Amino acid sequence: MSEPIPFVNYLVLGDDPHLVANECTNCSARFFDRRNACAACSATDFQSVDIPTQGVVRTFTIVSFAAPGIEVPFVSAIVDCGGTSVRTNIVNIEASADHVKLGMPVKLTTFPIGKDEEGVEAINFGFEPAA
Amino acid sequence: MASEDVFILGIRMTKFGKHKELDTADLAVEATLAALADGGVTMKDMNIIAAGNLMGGAMPIAQVIQKACGQTGIPAYNVSNACATGATALRVVGMSIKAGESDMGLAVGVEKLAGAGLLAGGARKSDGKSWTRSGRYGAVAGVDGRIGTDIMPGVFAQIGMEYGHKYGGANFELFAEISRKNHSHSTLNPLAAYSKEMTLEEIMGDIMIAYPNTRPMCSANCDGAAAAVLVSGSKLKTLSLEQQRRAVKVSASILTSDPYEEACQVLPNVNTLTRAAAKQAYEQAGVGPEDLDLVELHDCFATAELVHYDNLMLCEEGNAVDFFKSGATWRTGSMPVNVSGGLQSKGHPIAATGIANVWEVCHHLRGEAGPRQIEGAKVGLAHVIGLASACGIHVLESNRA
Repeated sequence: MSEPIPFVNYLVLGDDPHLVANECTNCSARFFDRRNACAACSATDFQSVDIPTQGVVRTFTIVSFAAPGIEVPFVSAIVDCGGTSVRTNIVNIEASADHVKLGMPVKLTTFPIGKDEEGVEAINFGFEPAA
Repeated sequence: MASEDVFILGIRMTKFGKHKELDTADLAVEATLAALADGGVTMKDMNIIAAGNLMGGAMPIAQVIQKACGQTGIPAYNVSNACATGATALRVVGMSIKAGESDMGLAVGVEKLAGAGLLAGGARKSDGKSWTRSGRYGAVAGVDGRIGTDIMPGVFAQIGMEYGHKYGGANFELFAEISRKNHSHSTLNPLAAYSKEMTLEEIMGDIMIAYPNTRPMCSANCDGAAAAVLVSGSKLKTLSLEQQRRAVKVSASILTSDPYEEACQVLPNVNTLTRAAAKQAYEQAGVGPEDLDLVELHDCFATAELVHYDNLMLCEEGNAVDFFKSGATWRTGSMPVNVSGGLQSKGHPIAATGIANVWEVCHHLRGEAGPRQIEGAKVGLAHVIGLASACGIHVLESNRA
């Protein structure tokens, strides 16, 4: 049986799933995408850094209309993980403004989003309320 | 030698809404011919044209306009800058005049957008049969909806909620109240796509798109065009007294993009570049926010209008909620904002918006706005922002004695 694969390159699976960023070795700006150069200082050297798995909700919205195949409503948010902002869905919570709060503490979680025709499972991440 | 002053000689927008019988060229030409007539000039007087249209793909809209209403061999610039496209076209013509290359030019923005539905960023069309990584995040399927949202109502909802998190006081009802103001203003604008008064209950009870933005709190996709004729100060002096009296001075024309800041590639930051543009605009024009008689700002969503009160320095930093609650931004208030009805009711045919906002301000500065005239308006500001990201600001001053 094939190993599950992460949904995006910046998600690391295993015993302690976490996100990794490309950090500019010159100015420490962090990016989650493949980089050509740094958007802050234009330097071209990066190192991989682990992002804390705990954070607080800096802002959110509850999306009721989305592309086909996306379950609605869902909570989209920006989570501040120790000074690095992460774009994510908030999961394992009722998608209502009565439940999602600005500033609420959340933690990273992972979950399967399906298998391809070869049986390979893809694993995505989200953030859930931290107990 | 000081560079030329720039004036708007003629300017017009079409009715915004559904124009089933008109194509993109028809709309652009309707606005163009009306702007030329408004300025008392013809295509033969133009030394440059800059035009924008986003939904037409690679169509060279400037040449399409020329072929429809006057091919004179002048330089044609096709510009594309998201929701700031119209403002960019204006600025290209203004720069040409300031550089001394032209003494008169035409800027046009046009869009066919009725029924376009939700506009999103880079969503992938469909997921493949076996996981294949693509894009700069190496995602195996579209990230929109799976890792946050790309849809504009959601992106701008987060921008407004972030302001609420930072400063407090912003909630669903407050954002809905901003929308109620703009819908109320629209009842006086015959060119608006929607001009219906709406109660707070109707707005909050409408279909939720992305909390806290319900449908009437989102800019309306519609068809429309706007065009402007710009002229140099020296050329204007050779024209009739009536043309000089109706001309509107472009006291500042600013374009910025978003500087790097933490998180700006995670959620677009519409604040940095708007604040920078506003600062430059006030400096260039030699006026302050307190001198403005009216403002048309980019209320693509109700949640966006709130943050731009702050970004345009219409209020103290962090004080946008109290500023709005004071009633200042209603047409009867001390700082009328979006007396046209704003993008939420007037409509938002993307490339046309940056010129249509300028038209609204000019209409008041010329004293020609009829029932919705802001009495005695002398100075106004028009602001647009497109993701991700471009901000255009024009400060306009009446030339009437």
